[in-house]
Amino acid sequence: MKKIIAMLLACMMLMCFVSCGGETPSDNPSGVPADDAKADFKVGAIYINSKNDTAGYTFAHHNGITTAMDQLGLNADTQLFIVDEVPEDKEQVLAAVDTLVGKDVDIIFGISFGYIDALEEAAAEYPDVIFSHATGYKSNETNFNNYFGRAYQARYLSGIAAGLKTLETGNNNVGYVAAYGTEYAETASGINGFALGVQAVNPEAKVFVKKLGNWADEVNESAFATELIDSFDCGVIAQHCDSAQPQIAAEKAGKFGCGYNSDMTGDAPKAHLTAAIWNWDVYYSTAMQAAMDCGTADKFVATMGSSAYYGGLKENFVDVSPLSENCAPNTDTAIAAVRELIVSGEWDVFSGVKLSIAADGTVTKADADLVDNNGNVIVAAGGASVEDSVITGTMNYFVAGVTEA
Amino acid sequence: MDKLGVITSFIHNILVFNIPLLYGTVGEIIVEKSGSLNLGVEGTMAVGAIFGYIVGCFTNNLLVGILVAFLASALCGLLFAALTVSLQANQNITGLTMSIFGVGVYFFLGRTLRAADAWPMMNDYENIKNGFADIPIPGLSEIPVVGHGFFNHNILIYLGIAIAIAAWWYLKHSKPGLRLRAVGENPGAADSVGINVKRMKYLHICLGCGIMGIGGYYMGLNMTGSFNSECWINGYGWIAVALVIFANWNPALAIVGTFVFGFFNTLRVSGSSLAAAFPEVLGWLAHIPTQLYQALPFIITAVVLVISSIRNKRGGSGLPAALGANYFREER
Repeated sequence: MKKIIAMLLACMMLMCFVSCGGETPSDNPSGVPADDAKADFKVGAIYINSKNDTAGYTFAHHNGITTAMDQLGLNADTQLFIVDEVPEDKEQVLAAVDTLVGKDVDIIFGISFGYIDALEEAAAEYPDVIFSHATGYKSNETNFNNYFGRAYQARYLSGIAAGLKTLETGNNNVGYVAAYGTEYAETASGINGFALGVQAVNPEAKVFVKKLGNWADEVNESAFATELIDSFDCGVIAQHCDSAQPQIAAEKAGKFGCGYNSDMTGDAPKAHLTAAIWNWDVYYSTAMQAAMDCGTADKFVATMGSSAYYGGLKENFVDVSPLSENCAPNTDTAIAAVRELIVSGEWDVFSGVKLSIAADGTVTKADADLVDNNGNVIVAAGGASVEDSVITGTMNYFVAGVTEA
Repeated sequence: MDKLGVITSFIHNILVFNIPLLYGTVGEIIVEKSGSLNLGVEGTMAVGAIFGYIVGCFTNNLLVGILVAFLASALCGLLFAALTVSLQANQNITGLTMSIFGVGVYFFLGRTLRAADAWPMMNDYENIKNGFADIPIPGLSEIPVVGHGFFNHNILIYLGIAIAIAAWWYLKHSKPGLRLRAVGENPGAADSVGINVKRMKYLHICLGCGIMGIGGYYMGLNMTGSFNSECWINGYGWIAVALVIFANWNPALAIVGTFVFGFFNTLRVSGSSLAAAFPEVLGWLAHIPTQLYQALPFIITAVVLVISSIRNKRGGSGLPAALGANYFREER
């Protein structure tokens, strides 16, 4: 008898924690907005981590979706349906899609790269539903698009802040804790954009990249940053990973840093300069508006104008967080000047024109080869910018001055 | 590049990032020596971590944090003991359940606090922050190369080593330690000479689990209390279970085991620095793919288990004979 009771107790404990997670909210049509089209509009979202996260990638998207819904007068409590903690596994993504389609949603956002094949299949299976995939490259002509942004532009601006700091401290070594290196164009273009920004200010500067081999790994994010500081004598730590650990490590060592995804000044008030950030709500509100306007799902891509959304500084889709007090003097002037060049379309990061930024913040342009760290010329002096498809898909090199540590 | 500095920081890192394994291993050795196999190390550490961190911060007292971490995890031990010793539940299943339960409690508490915007930030609590800072041991820490690596650490690292040595002495040389080993080897025989088997088991399961909890608390502090989507314990509890076998149920050997294991674990962080500092000898380290480094702890664990089982066949194993079997007096 005692054995049975014990087993039951053990089972109950197990069940308590199995039942956590899942979808929200219940079908509750209270608080319906006045407009009928809006009132019937339902948004679905598939997240890789928990919707309750308070920082990181999923948090940024969730925040973007709810902000966009607020802006459009939609009620995120009743019109947003989420399936969260969905791993990059085809069967599980398809199951999440089925759940959301069962809730009668009009558009489904999938935020993780690995959902790509499942969403492609689902878009064919459910032609009445719009599928929109973050960071992906697949799409069709009707109800399936992808969206991503020119993070490298924001990276370049944060690189300027880091470069000016290297001039101020006299330490030319900059560290970069990255999830991956040249394996993904996303990380490579971010590292390259940042490094070019640093070099525009300080041509002597070196960027040491340390790869985690994982998108989220907090313990090692901290360890890698400390290692870059201790062994490679880096004075500024930049990052392409979720948590603020690299910034916290920089603060502990009395160094400086540039964050990513969100303003990390609160995490490391004495170290953080500025972070490259995403304003996901810019895309989400555009996409939701298009989804409401297009009438039927098959006209969504036509309404958006393209099957791939690729916003940048100009659309305010990416940006740098407000500069902290730790920034060197004139950082604001320099960043404002370069921002103007990018927004106006006069200049872009991966082109045959190099910017030189003086310590007083003045910017001068000069033709120069864009060279990778093996000495190969990528863009000849004066040449046009590298194509978007390369930046998002096939950039598998580091620019000169970047070393893997 | 400061070549000797790279070695120093490598040694320093080994201790900083692997000392929780020592807490987990020593705690589990004490539990297992009583004849109970507790696979719930991961969950037990998580519970200690979250309670220790939260209470420690709110009282702004590191000692209170350590104490609460110990007590919270000891309570997990009490639950485990109640289920397996008194109610005779299967130890493997209960242990696995404790792992899921503990990590669940961790996320439940953490997320509740974060949702309420009440999560304490370690940097706001001076006593915790300063209490966790490195304390150089006078004299020893000035030895070139190894001084900073071995003798300039935070209080919890010294405490971990001290607990391991104390546990070794307790098991090997004290009277209650001898009784405990008797219970683990043959509870029936121990019972027949008047040792209170139940009490011994309860006490040592709680004690061992409490020690694991301090290790969990350490991991939270080492992460500067940053609570995200991953658990602080990050699988270390499971590795600790394997390290118990590597250490042959000897807390003193657990120190060696932690260091050997930590050496390979830390190569992932420091490997490329070592390669850059000593290109002729260690240059090859830079060409090892990250994925291999990530797999290394588990490969090492597998190798260790194979070596241990070969050693055990030849005798001399510290494996308690009655490990994993519940003791029911009336069935004697």
